[in-house]
Amino acid sequence: MSTRLDKRFAKLKGESRPAFVTFITANDPDFDFSLEILKGLPGAGSDVIELGMPFTDPMADGPAIQASSQRALKAGATMKKTLDLVRAFRAGDNDTPIVLMGYYNPIYHMGVPHFLEAAKDAGVDGLIVVDLPPEEDDELCEPALKAGLNFIRLATPTTDDKRLPAVLANTSGFVYYVSITGITGSATPETSKVAAAVERIKRHTSLPVAVGFGIKTPEQAKAIASAADGAVVGSAIVGAIADELDASGKPRAGAAPRVLALVRDLANGVHSAHARAAE
Amino acid sequence: MKKEEDVSASSKANSFRSGPDERGRFGIFGGRFVAETLMPLILDLEKAYDEAKNDPDFHAELAHLNTHYAGRPSPLYFAERLTEHLGGAKIYFKREELNHTGSHKINNCLGQIQLARRMGKTRIIAETGAGQHGVATATVCARFGLPCVVYMGATDVERQKPNVFRMKLLGAEVVPVTSGSGTLKDAMNEALRDWVTNVEDTYYLIGTVAGPHPYPAMVRDFQSVIGDETKKQMLEIEGRLPDSLVACIGGGSNAMGLFHPFLDDDGVEIIGVEAGGHGIETGEHSASILGGSPGVLHGNRTYLLQDGDGQILEGHSISAGLDYPGIGPEHSWLNDIGRVKYVSATDKEALAAFQLCSKVEGIIPALEPAHAIAHVTKIAPTLPKDHIMVVCLSGRGDKDVFSVAAHLGVTL
Repeated sequence: MSTRLDKRFAKLKGESRPAFVTFITANDPDFDFSLEILKGLPGAGSDVIELGMPFTDPMADGPAIQASSQRALKAGATMKKTLDLVRAFRAGDNDTPIVLMGYYNPIYHMGVPHFLEAAKDAGVDGLIVVDLPPEEDDELCEPALKAGLNFIRLATPTTDDKRLPAVLANTSGFVYYVSITGITGSATPETSKVAAAVERIKRHTSLPVAVGFGIKTPEQAKAIASAADGAVVGSAIVGAIADELDASGKPRAGAAPRVLALVRDLANGVHSAHARAAE
Repeated sequence: MKKEEDVSASSKANSFRSGPDERGRFGIFGGRFVAETLMPLILDLEKAYDEAKNDPDFHAELAHLNTHYAGRPSPLYFAERLTEHLGGAKIYFKREELNHTGSHKINNCLGQIQLARRMGKTRIIAETGAGQHGVATATVCARFGLPCVVYMGATDVERQKPNVFRMKLLGAEVVPVTSGSGTLKDAMNEALRDWVTNVEDTYYLIGTVAGPHPYPAMVRDFQSVIGDETKKQMLEIEGRLPDSLVACIGGGSNAMGLFHPFLDDDGVEIIGVEAGGHGIETGEHSASILGGSPGVLHGNRTYLLQDGDGQILEGHSISAGLDYPGIGPEHSWLNDIGRVKYVSATDKEALAAFQLCSKVEGIIPALEPAHAIAHVTKIAPTLPKDHIMVVCLSGRGDKDVFSVAAHLGVTL
């Protein structure tokens, strides 16, 4: 079965281009603005979209994404609205993969079978659930794979060679390498270390490896993208959204094009990198 | 259906004390719901704890510290005047408030600091709500010369100033947490963020029977000294086991410590008292079992306070130590299989019990165990005089004097 993610990464590989993966939080700062950004992301150079499912207790996230989650919840974010965003996006774009990213409790609370059916129906392609390591695969990973969704796992600097096969076993779509030990949007990764880590992961899998956490500028994006199959940027984009809000938390006039211009700069950085030598 | 599975899983060993399983589960509860970065760390911790558990030297060192540093065993005291006052069951207090640092928290901290040292960790982090666990952690870090960072919600820093100063005196760095709502759950999130960033040298000293496996089982084991001593002392004093046990529950570590050694003693009724706040029906409480539903937070599946979309709600209680939207996973399991009965006491009832205990026993209890005493005042009068009841007096009330004065409208 070839998913939108598989097709997208195959196409990029054919073009010798690394993927630019963008993250925004659903419903941040409200439904309409979030949809406007979402719709504009592919045109601004985003190859794969991660859409954050807001949660009150985002334990692996830094201040920028924590704040975005709180803005979204304050504006009445629910799982239903997150899926409505995906559905509205899908109405105009049937190619760009969307991966939902977040924490397990809102999914568990909705009920896994119900969630998977609703996500699939809305046009979701994959899931990244931070607090579900391979030890808990029967919770969501296995049912998601059965339902035809990709389950993208995080590999980290603490994932050693002994553990890596277990982490990769049920991973599909791509592997998300977390470039630092830390939270989103914190330290900047060292390119040489990232390159070595990507090589290490590549010895265990034929899946594409995208790298994220801590990439803030087009230059960093380019450097990381040249060492991997893709670069993920989240906090910088979410931070740009925060910067566009007025005192009442509403986006200023012309906010979306300015945020998307930043996305384009980052995309240019990624796309100016030479793709890794294909193996 | 799930309940039946749980029972059969535990009855394999024909015991309520055999959990958790190899996945860290008590029935459906518990588990290891953590980010991949932390997964290798908790596997290391599990291995180190298993080794320590089987090492007589580890137990000998801990016993020595318990005796000479913490002041164990704590007395099992016949609360004669409270018994007379209530006119029914014979009430004993397990005097955990007499431990060094003034609560049961030290039992767990001494155990975990020994483990951290064995593992070669050189920096300790912890979360705290009311500050009791923070003080106990800062204490053991001072004792062993290890740097200590305590995360505490900014709201709690403001309302628990004496404990904040105490931690600083003991050499700890107290970091106020402003993210989220600035209370205990946010402090725990921030401690997890620190841990995920400082994976090499840092040991996360969790203060209750919650978090990812092996914490719930490990903290329970270190706190079980409460129940083990109670059993022995009761046999010496009364020549038999008690008829009932009562303890307050936030995360549930003092309760689990008292309950666990008695779980297989059929004749012992066990009661956990949650914080009812303004009343369960008002929605403003910290009663995760009575007013919550199963969910996943902070590394484990357990009963949580949450809304219809799986977002975590703030707890409310007069006692900052019970003000947590979750509960240890083993309690959730013990509730579902029916071995332990969970009830609640309101802020008002706890406040009345706080004053009653002070007046008739000359013991100022912390607001947390005042919830347990509040339940005792409801049931003891209905029980026969030969019914023996043990209440865990988990902490002393000095820290609460100011807030109780405020609640009673007294200006100090």
